[in-house]
Amino acid sequence: MDIQQSIDSLKKEMGQMRDERKNKLAMVVFSGDLDKLLAAFIIATGAAAMDMEVVMFFTFWAIPALRDGKKKGKGKDLFGKMFGFMLPKGARKVKLSKMNMAGMGTGMLKHLMKKKKVSSLDEMIAMALEIGVKIYICEMSMSLMGFKPEEMIDFEGREFVGVATFLQHAADSKIQLFI
Amino acid sequence: MSDTIKPDVTMDLKGLACPLPVIKVNQQIKKMQVGQILVAETTDPGAHADFPAWAKSTGNEIVNTEKKETSSMFYIKKVK
Repeated sequence: MDIQQSIDSLKKEMGQMRDERKNKLAMVVFSGDLDKLLAAFIIATGAAAMDMEVVMFFTFWAIPALRDGKKKGKGKDLFGKMFGFMLPKGARKVKLSKMNMAGMGTGMLKHLMKKKKVSSLDEMIAMALEIGVKIYICEMSMSLMGFKPEEMIDFEGREFVGVATFLQHAADSKIQLFI
Repeated sequence: MSDTIKPDVTMDLKGLACPLPVIKVNQQIKKMQVGQILVAETTDPGAHADFPAWAKSTGNEIVNTEKKETSSMFYIKKVK
């Protein structure tokens, strides 16, 4: 009788656990490497095409990939200027994690991608936003590295958030990734 | 078998690489009515695994596959 009750309550809890997780992908994008960013966006857009809800959280080295090369941040201190100078100015400027060879390897890969009609990183970002992928940007990384909102690409629903926002999304997602 | 299935929409996805074929098909199928047939022609070798996986996840059905010399035709029925 006690065992039956335990089984019933366990079944109920299992059912609740199953219901709480949505057909959703929550991804931390940490890397600023071209290869890893491409992988992140291929997975994100693929998931969106499979009717999953997709949220991406850009933090640390991944943040420069969302800079707009044509825009400038105002009122930066010395460290902010240094980070701004040292890190890539947007998706077109990020480099491979391996075989970069002072930019030659990255150039070669981009050439091959064009030849084989693989979308470039900035095309992938635009596609992701178009098909409803939600992109959040880590506020703390932004201020740590001295990046300003006005130097980032602008898109509908752009938000600067903290870790709690990611965790809230991750908690009800079937898939969580860290790239 | 293909001559018995009448496509409602035909898409030329030749040359497109992963993940674009799946994205384009998903966008198109949303505009269609339940029961209609979408035919997608692709040169992406990954499509043979990916279209069935996409169909299973989104609840649609691949009713026929036709292999041509350099491309493949996928007949997709909108189920829901």
